[in-house]
Amino acid sequence: MRDVAIVGIGLSRWGEVWDASLRTLWTEAALAALDDAGLDRVDSITVGSMTPGLFVGQEHLGALLADELGMAGVPATRVESACASGGVALKTGFAEVAAGLADIVLVTGVEKMTDVSGDECTAALAAAADAELEVFYGATFPGLYAMMARAHMARWGTTREQLAMVAVKNHRHGALNPHAQYRQEITVKDVIESAMVAEPLTILDCSPITDGAAAVVLAELGVARTIAKGRPIVRIAGVGQATDRIALQSRADLTTLPATTLAAQRAFKMAGKTPNDIHLAEVHDCFTIAEILVIEALGLCQPGQGGCQASSGRTALGGAIPVNPSGGLKSKGHPVGATGVAQAVEITTQLRGVAGKRQVAGARIGLTQNMGGTGASTVVHILEVAS
Amino acid sequence: MSVGIVGYGAYIPRRRIRLGEIAAVWGADAATYERGLELHEKSVPAADEDTITMSVTASRRALARARIDPSSIGAVYVGSESHPYAVKPSGTVVAEALGTGPAVHCADLEFACKAGSEGMFLAAALVKSGEVQHALAVGADTSQGAPGDALEYSAAAGAAAFIFGSTNLVATMEAQVSYMTDTPDFWRREYMRYPRHAGRFTGEPAYFKHTLGATRMLLEKTGLQPKDFAFAVFHQPNGKFPMRAGKVAGFRREQLEAGWLSPWLGNTYSGASPIGLTAILDLARAGDRILMVSYGSGAGSDGFVWAVTDRIDEVRAAAPATRDQLDNGKLYVSYGTYAKMRGKIRMGE
Amino acid sequence: MSPLNPARVAREFPSRYRLEAARCEGCGVVSFPPRVVCPACRGRKFATASLEPEGKVLTWTVIHVGPSSHKHEVPYALAVVELADGVRITCQIADLDPAQVAPGLPVRLEFRRIQEDGEAGVIAYGHKAVPA
Repeated sequence: MRDVAIVGIGLSRWGEVWDASLRTLWTEAALAALDDAGLDRVDSITVGSMTPGLFVGQEHLGALLADELGMAGVPATRVESACASGGVALKTGFAEVAAGLADIVLVTGVEKMTDVSGDECTAALAAAADAELEVFYGATFPGLYAMMARAHMARWGTTREQLAMVAVKNHRHGALNPHAQYRQEITVKDVIESAMVAEPLTILDCSPITDGAAAVVLAELGVARTIAKGRPIVRIAGVGQATDRIALQSRADLTTLPATTLAAQRAFKMAGKTPNDIHLAEVHDCFTIAEILVIEALGLCQPGQGGCQASSGRTALGGAIPVNPSGGLKSKGHPVGATGVAQAVEITTQLRGVAGKRQVAGARIGLTQNMGGTGASTVVHILEVAS
Repeated sequence: MSVGIVGYGAYIPRRRIRLGEIAAVWGADAATYERGLELHEKSVPAADEDTITMSVTASRRALARARIDPSSIGAVYVGSESHPYAVKPSGTVVAEALGTGPAVHCADLEFACKAGSEGMFLAAALVKSGEVQHALAVGADTSQGAPGDALEYSAAAGAAAFIFGSTNLVATMEAQVSYMTDTPDFWRREYMRYPRHAGRFTGEPAYFKHTLGATRMLLEKTGLQPKDFAFAVFHQPNGKFPMRAGKVAGFRREQLEAGWLSPWLGNTYSGASPIGLTAILDLARAGDRILMVSYGSGAGSDGFVWAVTDRIDEVRAAAPATRDQLDNGKLYVSYGTYAKMRGKIRMGE
Repeated sequence: MSPLNPARVAREFPSRYRLEAARCEGCGVVSFPPRVVCPACRGRKFATASLEPEGKVLTWTVIHVGPSSHKHEVPYALAVVELADGVRITCQIADLDPAQVAPGLPVRLEFRRIQEDGEAGVIAYGHKAVPA
């Protein structure tokens, strides 16, 4: 297997972008990444997008978007894994370079979520849950995560305030991120008193609806060194992917994320690293409880201890292991298919030392964790500054 | 060959609305309605309940008491004036939910409030003819009264189910009659949402003529007299009518009380006298005779004489008692919630 | 594309109407609804089993912002309920103030309307849990 590096990163406009279509957003991000890499040709393209069919009535994105860049003819693959579509697009691109099928791959993720009504958006997202066993009976995403929250609170004594602190922390980080969708700081009281969505989760426990696209350019390490322009070269040291049963009722334990644990083990093994080696992480905080469950599953803290990580400051900027320095899905935004790629954009920015006010000091090894639905698919990447 | 009831079951929704709640909204005097109709509160089906759901639950309870294999059921009749579909039977859903298998004659019936007893009449006759081993008859309704109309105070929801057979009976059917004329006392035209009624014309020339007519037919056919019965139950559109019919027919109040549920249940339409019968079966003893006369506007009455067997003591406890469902676990709703649940609020397009 | 397409709805009747499950002949694990491959032992032979309707609440939430199919039912309690044989289902808790739902609550499954395709489309029936 060959070594793979990230040589370019880019983001489109991010938020409620009324005047940009899916194609336009994607092209913005793709060009930004290509320009950052100083490249104008690629061997292959991957596109992560959860459900452009339901959002904008458009499938066949690989071919459509390659043409948008004037690159018709280049092989292009759309991948889907619900909210982990971006992470899987990254893994797919990584695999093509590692296997020698391509030297340069443009990895992208995109989601255009505001061309539908709120109800239609909710219904589209619900397709990540089990349509016949969960959604048919009235389950919503916040509802499913709320049940996991209740189970975690019952088992470990995690408190409502600890959930809220995850949102507070991530907003504090997002305030330092010029690209974040929501840059205002919030308090625990704000979170708890905001509108109830599914008990105990309120609207401020939930990540927003966001339009956006993200892109990274991967290159075989040797090629990367020739175009580095003196910047630190970021290498993908490890990748891990795993699945779990989709419906919550099928899981043995509602307080853990086995797919995340498995994916992380596989990534750590490939990278020759342990959780203690990680300096910072971008994880999938689609809901506040998700971040708590994920950091336990990754081994960044002990089982049951996830609740006090944000409230103690351990996972805040300046803490022992900053989690979601970008503001996470909560504050930065969550254009579903783009998120997994945007996480890689953030870690790369951090490892290059150009994250400005939200820079994690001494960042050399970072981790991204991207998951779909209530954790039934997960992909973990470990990124490291190459020597 | 004897024919009769092998298993019975009733379902009454948990929610109730008090007449005072309804009267307050329409500027009516609650006490006048309560006295005049002898009604205090009525059952309200939740938005997730309908004639089909109630029929399924009542039928499952009948099956629990019957202790038969559902595949031995050869006919399923659901009588209602509030079938969820105008075209597509309620009965097929009930049959499918019970697991009868496909060898079933199935029909939905309508005859205003006597659609339930109508199914019982047919079920009994089909078993008697030897055509089927067991036949299921259900009377269920979630009928509506127009907002502010007198019927809104009484229109309620409930279901009763009876499995008929010729062996292991809990009650033998000693006689069945039907008395019918064309009498337009209460009706609903196709595509109209609420029924209409002819005021006082619904009394003597309609309800009383047919219930008393059927009662006379039954007594003549069997040679029995009111004193030979432990219990009698009549169609109960309100609290007053069944008591008056019973008295005129020669029954004492004590014979009428066990089956008299309407003051606290309302008028369950096709479920009315059938549910009343289940309440009687919950406490009747071997040898007791029961007279049951239904009434459906349009108009007609089905009448039955039942003789309780000792098997009833073995199976009675296999499903919830009717009185228990009526009296316990009630959830009261406001008129606003009632109107929302019953689809009486004009929603956005 | 309607989730209440008649063919799609009718296919689920054995499990949604009669609680029919599949017991793996290899390892005895009961899958509900029935499936082709056993999730425990990957066996492919099953016997039909009928689930008993009694169970208890494992975890729950109260949904205040519902999907359009359930918009006017909010707030409603949604729970993961455990039946006998270790079978778990996701369902609403009906006929109970949502504030009174708690883990361990004994429930019974009852036949109810789950969804309908507008005023003119198909009605989809299934089970909800009511306090036992």
